[in-house]
Amino acid sequence: MELLVASAIGVLTAGGIYLVLRLRTFPVILGMSLLTYAVNVFIFASGRLTVGAPPVLHDGATVYTDPLPQALVLTAIVISFGMTAVVVMIGLGAFLGSDDDHVDDQPDPDPEGRS
Amino acid sequence: MSLFIIVALPFLGALLPGVMSSAGRAACAGITFTVSLLAFLGLLANLPAVLAGEVVTARIDWIPLLGLNFNLMLDGLGFFFAFLILGIGLLIIAYGRHYLSRDDNMGEFFTYLLLFQGAMVGIVLSDNILLLLVFWELTSLSSFLLIGYWKHLPEGRQGARMALAVTGMGGLAMIAGMLILGQIVGSYDLSVILEHREEIQADPMYLPALILILLGCFTKSAQFPFHFWLPHAMAAPTPVSAYLHSATMVKAGIFLMARMWPVLSGTPEWFVIVTTAGLVTMVLGAVIALFKHDLKALLAFSTVSHLGLITMLLGTGTAFGAFAAVFHILNHATFKAALFMSAGIVDHEAHTRDIRRLGGLRTLMPVVFTIATLAALSMAGIPFLNGFLSKEMMLEEAAHTKLYGSYYIVPVMATLGSLFSAAYCFRFIGHTFLGPVRDDYPHKPHDPNPGMWMPPAILVVLVVLIGVAPFLVEDLVKVVTAAVLGEAAEVPDAHLKIWHGVTPALYMSGIAVGGGLLMMLVFAPLSRLWETAPRPEAKVIFEGLVEAVAALARSFTFTLHNGSFTRYAMIGTVAIVAAGYHAWATGTVSETTRTVQAAGPVAIAAWGMLVAATCALVLLHRNRFLSLMLIGIVGLIVSIGFVFLSAPDLAMTQFTVEVVTIILLLLALNFLPNRTPVESTVLRRVRDAGVALVAGLAAFGLSIHYLLRDAVTTPISEFHLANSYKGGGGTNVVNVILVDFRGFDTYGEIIVLGIAALIIFALTEALLDGPVRARLLNRVPDQPIAGDMHPMMMVVVTRVIMPVVLMVGFYIFLRGHNEPGGGFIAGLIVSIAVVMQYMASGFAWASARLRYPYHGVIGAGVLVAGLTGIGSWFVAKPFLTSDFTYVRIPPFEKFELATAALFDLGVFLAVVGAVMLSLESFSRLARRAHVPDTEHPMDIDPSRDELASEQAGG
Repeated sequence: MELLVASAIGVLTAGGIYLVLRLRTFPVILGMSLLTYAVNVFIFASGRLTVGAPPVLHDGATVYTDPLPQALVLTAIVISFGMTAVVVMIGLGAFLGSDDDHVDDQPDPDPEGRS
Repeated sequence: MSLFIIVALPFLGALLPGVMSSAGRAACAGITFTVSLLAFLGLLANLPAVLAGEVVTARIDWIPLLGLNFNLMLDGLGFFFAFLILGIGLLIIAYGRHYLSRDDNMGEFFTYLLLFQGAMVGIVLSDNILLLLVFWELTSLSSFLLIGYWKHLPEGRQGARMALAVTGMGGLAMIAGMLILGQIVGSYDLSVILEHREEIQADPMYLPALILILLGCFTKSAQFPFHFWLPHAMAAPTPVSAYLHSATMVKAGIFLMARMWPVLSGTPEWFVIVTTAGLVTMVLGAVIALFKHDLKALLAFSTVSHLGLITMLLGTGTAFGAFAAVFHILNHATFKAALFMSAGIVDHEAHTRDIRRLGGLRTLMPVVFTIATLAALSMAGIPFLNGFLSKEMMLEEAAHTKLYGSYYIVPVMATLGSLFSAAYCFRFIGHTFLGPVRDDYPHKPHDPNPGMWMPPAILVVLVVLIGVAPFLVEDLVKVVTAAVLGEAAEVPDAHLKIWHGVTPALYMSGIAVGGGLLMMLVFAPLSRLWETAPRPEAKVIFEGLVEAVAALARSFTFTLHNGSFTRYAMIGTVAIVAAGYHAWATGTVSETTRTVQAAGPVAIAAWGMLVAATCALVLLHRNRFLSLMLIGIVGLIVSIGFVFLSAPDLAMTQFTVEVVTIILLLLALNFLPNRTPVESTVLRRVRDAGVALVAGLAAFGLSIHYLLRDAVTTPISEFHLANSYKGGGGTNVVNVILVDFRGFDTYGEIIVLGIAALIIFALTEALLDGPVRARLLNRVPDQPIAGDMHPMMMVVVTRVIMPVVLMVGFYIFLRGHNEPGGGFIAGLIVSIAVVMQYMASGFAWASARLRYPYHGVIGAGVLVAGLTGIGSWFVAKPFLTSDFTYVRIPPFEKFELATAALFDLGVFLAVVGAVMLSLESFSRLARRAHVPDTEHPMDIDPSRDELASEQAGG
């Protein structure tokens, strides 16, 4: 189980970073989403993995999983939606304003106006 | 009156003139005057205590852990300076009311002036050096505003910038020096520091601290080589020059040297640095002043020179030197403020302050002539005026001072300084007022109304009074001197009197006055010589320095920050991985303490799907629609993983967020190209893949490392689990953490979420107002619009399902405290229900039924959460303390009421508002672009009908 979660974090990170290094806004946003998953799962896993012991108190239960990382990740998920939305909006605004969805400043391709 | 009120009054009062601008000029000046007068009277109420030798204090702990306390004290020295600041402030306010023209915004001026006044009073009353530093910086800032008050004048702006740069840098140095001092003593309280003379002077850090603090003092008080900013600050309106640059701000450095005198002075380092700087400044300032043609520039350099004189006296480190310095501070404040105001009147009346265009004003402006002449003669050191007395004392002190092993340097330099000082005073009088009346003044001058000449006249009365009867102020000067000396030395047994007998000082004085008169006779050739001599221009040097530093900063920034996000991401990734590897390679690896849990076939299958979807996403990301689907799969598996690993709340959140994120990305993709073109070379892709794989491997390594080991210390979650029900009244520990244990955190997070949504809204507004609007209107959609824009099935289903979903959201919200659920999840569910209406029935239909704007919903959420937190204040508990109780209303079962639920309601509202505002903003772009509004959403696209009818008609 630990191996599965750790390798999933690794795969998500690798995929996320590869996409973040692309040159257009959309794959970069996808890459950041993948990284968000990786980071959220990573923080969640810092409470260690427990199966079948949700942190909801009830009689007779003695083992609960660590609730704190869950609380932290819960808000992180919601906030990351807000941040994704802002980044998407910025990317969209840049594209609509310049008809260009590169993430980097583009050197003027043709300064003399030939096309 | 409490010291707190004295310091606070100018700051509080500063708001009044600013908002009263429309009430008229007299009202603005009147309220400013009243505020200052109140503070002044409050200060005077403390006079008996101060004269009795008491130290009045007022203390509040501000940040005790840092040693930063709001401690104020009023002793002789503080009283003296506060008296000058507030007393001369009153005269300046009266003068400024008549000086400023109708075009100047008087409210703004007096607001700045009061801010400055408050900061100055704060400096001189501080009993904590950190607090003093705060006020010190405030004077730099408020003087920047005052010097640059005439924003339309480039000289004003440049002068203000230069003053801020020089005094600001000095202030930074002083912060460092003060911190060292505090470290040596172990306290930042001034009264404590002043008792540790030996300890400080024996410390190896004494010299660095001394130099840093003196840098602050010298820059503020315009001592060589930092004297150059003061003349450029003369671009300020004259009331500002008279106030800041003669009586108050430039004296702040002097004040601090006097304040620190007991602990810093008396060492060879202090003596050499301070005396030398003072002497050089005194002579240099006096020489330059003589050849300045602008009345205010002349006065500015004379101020530089006199500040040098006072610095030199403090530098000698003797009790008599301090005594003379205090007396000269008083005298200089009186005659110099009067002179500045006189120069301002001349400028105001004759419309020029160029001394070459003036002369003969004696008969035209007899009153101003009398005032200015008396003040200038006092500055020149003529008997029966107060300047004579302190100058005598200065020369007396100079005659006994041995510098660099010579008994001659100081007396000769002091005499030389006095000589030039006398010369420029005579020039000020002679070239402005004496001589024949001219007929080419830019404006025919005459005496102004008494409102303008009364303030300097009052000061000149003091000049004469102190000059004739110095014993009147002897007690005050001695009390102040005692405060300067502290326990380091006894107050000298000298008296302030006119006749000291035939002493070396008298000879030196005579030489100075005689030499000054002689210089006036040969002024014309001297001036020509001065004009032709090459001189370094401080302003050019300063600007060159600033430009060089700015160029360095620019090249540094632009090299690192070249606008390529990809490069930053690459550097960041590599740096993080390298740092992690370094830690791994140099640290010790502990033994594994946890065993690997077996994974069932379902878990392995889910893992396989996640890995497959991620790999497919990377390989196929050029097809953007497909990649949205793939990322949806990833999100779904992550949600399922959360369920499996005992995190039901997370699963629900992740699942609902997934839905709104995909909708958001779809809305964006509506405008973006559908495919990502191939751009980077194979080599580059291989390189990126390599970096990504290494980073992924690192993440895997880090994760598996701690997943196989227990936490080093017991997690605080034990506390949460134990107190969740007892203290928080809920069994869902995650929710109790969110709304109770870490409620403040959550409160911040919903605010962030709200701000993010507002940013999106603002960006949309900006886009729709700009050139993008036209582009959107002319846009031809690259995909054919669906003929059936609002499918009937979908419309019916979404409307039927709406109340059901709302009910589910309500249920999830209510159960949140005890079962998985809560405000975040309920908010997301309700948002999805509303979004479905937009999607099915169209934007126009949905927004027509929108009763509350989403901004309002966000605001209401933050407000509800905040008010819930504030509510606990009413029962004297800290912010966001929660409470709960169980009630029973027959025939229902017993149920719980918790304030945390109210807080969760705030979270719910903020989430709904933020999500909906974001999505709505994106749809507004789309709506502007090409989607026609329709009145009947359940119908097929009406534009087709029109098209059909047109075709039929045509």
